[in-house]
Amino acid sequence: MVVGKSVARIDAFDKVTGRAMYTDDLADSRAYVAKVVRSTIANGWVKSIDTSAAEKIPGVVKILTCFDAPETRFPTAGHPWSTDPHHQDVADRQLLTARVRYYGDDVAAVIAENEVAAAQAAKAVKVEYEVYPFVLDAQEAMADGAPQLHEEFPNNILAHTKMGFGDVDAAIAEPGLIKFEGWYETPVVQHCHIENHICYAEMQGGKIVVVSSTQIPHIVRRIVGQALDWPWGKVRIIKPYIGGGFGNKQDALYEPLVAWLSLQVGGRLVKLDMSREETFANNRTRHAIRSHITSYVRPDGTFVARILEAFSNQGAYASHGHGIAAKGMSSFAQLYQCEACRGDAYTVFTNISVAGAMRGYGIPQAMFAGESHIEDIARGLNMDSMELRRKNMIPVGYVNDFDKNEMYFDSLNQSIDKGMAAIDYKRKLAEYQNQTGPVRRGVGMAIFWYNTAVWPLSLESSACRMVLNQDGSVQLQLAETEIGQGADTAFAQMTADVLGVPFENIYVVSTQDTDVTPFGTAAYASRQTYAGGFAVKQTGLLLREKILKHARELTRMAEFNLDIIDGNIVRTTDGRVMMSLGDLATEVLYSLSHSEHIVAESTYQIKSNAYSFGCCFAEVEVDIPLCKVTLLDVVNVHDCGSLINPQLAEAQVHGGMSMGIGFGLSEQLLFDPKTGKPLNNNLLDYKMATTMDHPDLKALFIENAEPTSAFGTKSLGEPPACPVAPAIRNAVLQATGVSVNKAPLNPHILFERFKEEGLI
Amino acid sequence: MQTQLVTCTINGKLTQTVVDTRASLTDMLRNDYRLTSVKKGCEVGECGACNVLIDGECFNSCIYLAVWAEGKTIRTLEDLLGPNGELSDIQQAFIDEAAVQCGFCTPGVIMTAVEILGMGRRFTRDELRKLLSGHLCRCTGYENIVNAVEKTMNKRLDG
Ligand code: FES
Ligand code: FES
Repeated sequence: MVVGKSVARIDAFDKVTGRAMYTDDLADSRAYVAKVVRSTIANGWVKSIDTSAAEKIPGVVKILTCFDAPETRFPTAGHPWSTDPHHQDVADRQLLTARVRYYGDDVAAVIAENEVAAAQAAKAVKVEYEVYPFVLDAQEAMADGAPQLHEEFPNNILAHTKMGFGDVDAAIAEPGLIKFEGWYETPVVQHCHIENHICYAEMQGGKIVVVSSTQIPHIVRRIVGQALDWPWGKVRIIKPYIGGGFGNKQDALYEPLVAWLSLQVGGRLVKLDMSREETFANNRTRHAIRSHITSYVRPDGTFVARILEAFSNQGAYASHGHGIAAKGMSSFAQLYQCEACRGDAYTVFTNISVAGAMRGYGIPQAMFAGESHIEDIARGLNMDSMELRRKNMIPVGYVNDFDKNEMYFDSLNQSIDKGMAAIDYKRKLAEYQNQTGPVRRGVGMAIFWYNTAVWPLSLESSACRMVLNQDGSVQLQLAETEIGQGADTAFAQMTADVLGVPFENIYVVSTQDTDVTPFGTAAYASRQTYAGGFAVKQTGLLLREKILKHARELTRMAEFNLDIIDGNIVRTTDGRVMMSLGDLATEVLYSLSHSEHIVAESTYQIKSNAYSFGCCFAEVEVDIPLCKVTLLDVVNVHDCGSLINPQLAEAQVHGGMSMGIGFGLSEQLLFDPKTGKPLNNNLLDYKMATTMDHPDLKALFIENAEPTSAFGTKSLGEPPACPVAPAIRNAVLQATGVSVNKAPLNPHILFERFKEEGLI
Repeated sequence: MQTQLVTCTINGKLTQTVVDTRASLTDMLRNDYRLTSVKKGCEVGECGACNVLIDGECFNSCIYLAVWAEGKTIRTLEDLLGPNGELSDIQQAFIDEAAVQCGFCTPGVIMTAVEILGMGRRFTRDELRKLLSGHLCRCTGYENIVNAVEKTMNKRLDG
């Protein structure tokens, strides 16, 4: 059995030798280069565009403006399509737009023979605007009289949903309750995958072929079709290796535009490569969310009623929209139990860069708010915060009404115990009480809730194809994409075990090509090992059945006495190897009586999903006069079910922790309040964590095999990023006694708070 | 457009090509020599994805003009593989330690590791962190990258 073993990644050799090919490595040098002309105002209309100077630049092929582009509106979110119009994503994007809604909006595009000409021409395009006032803050955008972005959404509210159970008003009438209230705020951050988004397009074989750095090829195919009003079958999307995605590439970014540009120059090859600055400002970001939480608690710490209001900043276009705030609100209703609960979540358009999916999908924001709030309550009650958590946490046996998810195991308590031991929490907590002096230490923690995959909100389906080669090896194809997380390796491990074929004989076709790759919705919602696992198992069992039928004919033994073990047909009654799988495949393929190419293909529709829980513990040192936090130690503990590949799982957690550290301590994308222009959309001024900003990262696991899963596994991709920032925030609280309710805890924000509290 | 002939040694081979004088070394290596391990993550010297060795020293090739390569000896990741396809110890360590995920930062990081290991000194973990800090990686949290470099360093020094 190879599932559960730390085998090396199947793509590692190519990646350490430079042989792995990414989109730009595949683009032919004859490609025209396109460059987007971006608005220099945050809100308004394009009145006119003068391209005459730009057209004179040598090498310019064609300039297309918003007045040339079709009016068609399309959605961009990487969700499965819904045939029910009420569940379809908001279609508010155009290929190029005259109605500018954020600084950097796409108003025109230049196609040139080379990069230099494209860049020079983009600069030389003169755009005249009718300028409107703009708004950058979600709550300000909701106010009457605020600048409006989309006519169909009054007060800029893209969506407002309510959640609740019990009767809050009746519950809070109970005498003796203590009320706790707080506002918590997280910033706009960006995915910062090291490969920028890039795509190129060309007409081939009567189809528009787009090669793109995307997480979701089949979804992008549909969206390109919608955007171009073009038959979906005439769109072909190819996804090679990609240099990270983290949710940014779970959106149709510039694939529709590059496809359209290619069609404007006779189907010639056009490449559109984002700069780092554009990746920050003109792709997607993480929603900034401001949350207001009120809790009514008995003096013994029992939660009675809780109220949440969340304001999620969508930026200029709907993209994934309200899904993020809504997921955050679900976690609020479930992670801690109480008699009555009420929530209002608003997702609001503003004139900043567009927010979309990003690792955690609303949960990092919700955990920052919720887990900070828990710590504040514990302080107020003078109670151990772990005791407070354990008292109110989602219990074993909890079943959610809506999705039927069940809390099968005591994952949270088990994770907390493991994390406490790993960081020596109790000793440190006692040691760091009541410190004085300028440099102080503290420990803190946070737990998290996460939900694998998207059923029953959306379709969950995964298809798989397996082909038996003459030598008994197998090709495996899935729409579920390798985006760095190790999906290909995990699927190969699963396939090897289901079929009884050695791991090294499984060849994953890593590139997805929508013309040949089976359908699936690919990399998001930490769904792939869970969702893809079903398709692999079902298809593997089909292939086994076919192989064993042939084995019966060739060996004349009963099928039920035959098995495939380590690449051989084995008679189970005495363990004799009857023939190798290679011999069988060759014999069957070249049979003069009934030659057959042995393949299996199937779709599995998944009608379940699974909770994923865990926690983070952090130890910090705070230099109060410098307003600087140094992270001394950090441990994440996860119950993601059975581990398919422990070493890769651990590596995955490290990456998520690193993103969480940046979210907690240093990252924020800022916009100029005077112009709406992004201020730090580069890797120098945007402070992503480096090797120097981390202590050693520890990743630990609790392995409770998920009973609904094909391989006992459930989500791990996003969860590691969810609990880190609040754990750091709570450690700073223990060290200094100061609650910092705004991330990141960088010197600017700490200075304000320390001053308010009289520490400096 | 002004052009210039650039003669240099790339991965052990003396080469010549005519470049646009504005071109970066990244452009020359990728476009003229198809050395696609040299990646572009920012093109302004922030991320380290384009890092190569020039006369034994690491440079972000995106902010190094192609014409400056005249007479220099350049090494990219493609040079590390042995004649029969053998991996170098540091490449193997990146596989063994699971220091590779999306792989986009990997070529640049490995070339810095080659420079560090070439110094033949035993660095502390903190020193290694500092020496590697010119590289941004969003996937690994750097943990296994530091492990891979540290283990290879110790192996080489302890024989
Ligand atoms: S591409 Fe050269 S440093 Fe980023
Ligand atoms: S492995 Fe993806 S950026 Fe480093």
